[in-house]
Amino acid sequence: MVRDKPNEVVKIDASGVFFRELNARLQETFSVGTRKVELQNVYGQRYIGTNLDKPVEIEIFGTPGNDLGAFMNGPKIIVQGNAQDGCGNTMNSGEIIVHGHAGDIVGLAARGGKIFIREDVGYRAGIHMKEYQDKKPVLVIGGTAQDFLGEYMAGGILILLGMNLAEGKCHKAKFIGTGMHGGVIYLRGTVEDYQLGKEVGIAELEEKDYQILRQLVGEFAAHFGYDAEEILKHKFIKLFPRWLRPYGRLYAY
Amino acid sequence: MKTYLTPKFMVQRDPERCIQCQVCVNQCSFDAHYYDAEDNEVRSREENCVGCHRCTLFCPTRALTISRNPQDYRENYNWRPEVIEDILKQAETGGVLLTGMGNDKGQRIYWDHLVLNASQVTNPSIDPLREPMELTTYLGRKPDQVELDSETLELKTELAPQISLEVPVMFAAMSYGAVSLNVHESLARAATEMGTLWNTGEGGLHPKLYKYGNNTIVQVASGRFGVHAEYLSAARVVEIKIGQGAKPGIGGHLPGEKVSSEVSLTRMIPQGTDALSPSPQHDIYSIEDLAQLIYALKEATNYSKPISVKIAAVHNSAAIASGMVRAGADIIVLDGLRGATGAAPKVIRDNVGIPIELALASVDSRLRKEGIRNRASIVVSGGIRNSGDIAKAIALGADAVNIGTAALVALGCHVCQQCHTGKCAWGICTTDLRLTKRVNPDIGARRLSNLLRGWSIELKDILGGMGINALESLRGNRLHLRGIGLTDTELEILGIRMAGD
Repeated sequence: MVRDKPNEVVKIDASGVFFRELNARLQETFSVGTRKVELQNVYGQRYIGTNLDKPVEIEIFGTPGNDLGAFMNGPKIIVQGNAQDGCGNTMNSGEIIVHGHAGDIVGLAARGGKIFIREDVGYRAGIHMKEYQDKKPVLVIGGTAQDFLGEYMAGGILILLGMNLAEGKCHKAKFIGTGMHGGVIYLRGTVEDYQLGKEVGIAELEEKDYQILRQLVGEFAAHFGYDAEEILKHKFIKLFPRWLRPYGRLYAY
Repeated sequence: MKTYLTPKFMVQRDPERCIQCQVCVNQCSFDAHYYDAEDNEVRSREENCVGCHRCTLFCPTRALTISRNPQDYRENYNWRPEVIEDILKQAETGGVLLTGMGNDKGQRIYWDHLVLNASQVTNPSIDPLREPMELTTYLGRKPDQVELDSETLELKTELAPQISLEVPVMFAAMSYGAVSLNVHESLARAATEMGTLWNTGEGGLHPKLYKYGNNTIVQVASGRFGVHAEYLSAARVVEIKIGQGAKPGIGGHLPGEKVSSEVSLTRMIPQGTDALSPSPQHDIYSIEDLAQLIYALKEATNYSKPISVKIAAVHNSAAIASGMVRAGADIIVLDGLRGATGAAPKVIRDNVGIPIELALASVDSRLRKEGIRNRASIVVSGGIRNSGDIAKAIALGADAVNIGTAALVALGCHVCQQCHTGKCAWGICTTDLRLTKRVNPDIGARRLSNLLRGWSIELKDILGGMGINALESLRGNRLHLRGIGLTDTELEILGIRMAGD
């Protein structure tokens, strides 16, 4: 059966539905040509968006469970609420927009796609993101992050805006960019040297950095109703990997 | 800095036989032979020789002999040559000692202390040459009970995905990058021909090999290299790699120089960058988290494939295995102390983990005791050398075994333990195109198939001798094993009796 009105938004009430059944229902709904689903009363169901493999849209009301969009390839997910751990885990392409907080390891090992978190994230956000050919994962965080932000980062763009930090307050994350060997982190707001991993260097932004920021902060602002110009007025610093092979000289033979 | 290390090997070149053809110079990737044009003579740099025998086998006049350097240190049971040389290497470089292959130390090899049974008088043995013998093995979760339709007698219970193996031997995970593409192709083709599976390791699957997907296990490890939708859907089994026997608890660093354009294609990272696999998977800090990744992969593959979880055999493997089964693993892979690697710190390889025989026995016993043995298949690896080891592993409780080193030896590996250098003269553990062409996939696949064919016949012989006509009847049948030279505690852990008892 092919749906007559693909533009119609299908609403699914997720309350009391086990994740396996919910995801099967999503897959079935999209398989007949639906383009957008609104999930209501989501309470912790995992793996939403994992096995869809096409550019469809899911708007989630409530709190999706861990591994939201894990291994995701294509869909756009909008969360009207908070996301939990593992959001965008090993994501290949697509977009996740969270109107709230997200838990630990946002964007773990993501290879592509974009993740926008309006507020704070937990530990190890952006860990081991990597880029490949035309794929470049993007993670933009409106608030602040916990320790090990961008750990082992091998590619992609990570932007931390710190918009909820009080004037003059530093970010709290320590070990930022530990083991980083690719990609770039743009940081709005200040950090002390001790908060950075040994493997990152600090640089002033160049014009091409501002171009990237104008684009991505512009998208962030459009998603959440901010003024991009206002955000960009503030000073940014750029963190980059000092070595492409941080552990290359560790061995005797 | 002048090195205080003495060469490990001596190169003897018979001047009567040597024709200065320089085959040895071209074959040696460690520069142990060179041609002196002024004197028109081939000479040796013995300090570079690793004892891999490539030159001796390819010398057309058999002019070369490689032998151990007879130079002795003063006898000392404590300060053995290896101990002294390791210290010298570190004093000269200040680094972590790296090595390849598996643990070469003298920890007890329990296979050699186990003996198998055979039928005499009271029950007949079976001649496998004339009677059918069944080696087929099904991997995957088995139901707690089965229900039949009383009228049609068809199975009503819905079965979890099952994998049928024609021989209970699979090829262990070895990543592209650690080994060459020709090795991957040899393994894939042999697995397909022999009705078993090979394993990509954590470096992704080359596009050229997708056609062997039905005989392929793909790995998802901490680096998540090359993991994407098509990769998962191409595979027969998806394996989560937690650890490996050669380096339990630590990750891996594939150096940038091994990340060629082709390797970059399968790992999906830029050429020349280090491929760093973190020690843990940062989405797995507990059994509950493992369950989360297992089900993420089941969701991603629509519950159509078994999910395997591989761990290194460590002290509390039995409890961990119980958790893995309860977390939803359909296959659990235990890799023991002697499991090999493309590169690992020597101190880890030689000192961390437990022998696979003990881990297997304790895991199998524990799962039986808890009544959940049926929920997952057990696959073991780490030092399986021949069909005798396989029969013993199966009698101890394994469903199947993985072979890594044995498969590479079939391809020509002489276990010189230089995998970590990337210079493998046999063209196996390298991505240098000049060397990788030394493994011809046509011949490689044939050598591997031959090995499995030989072992299959031997396994049938072993079964026939016991009066058993199906491998299934030997599985976990520890009464067919007896121990020799083992303590009471060892016998108890292995769950077997002393020979003669």
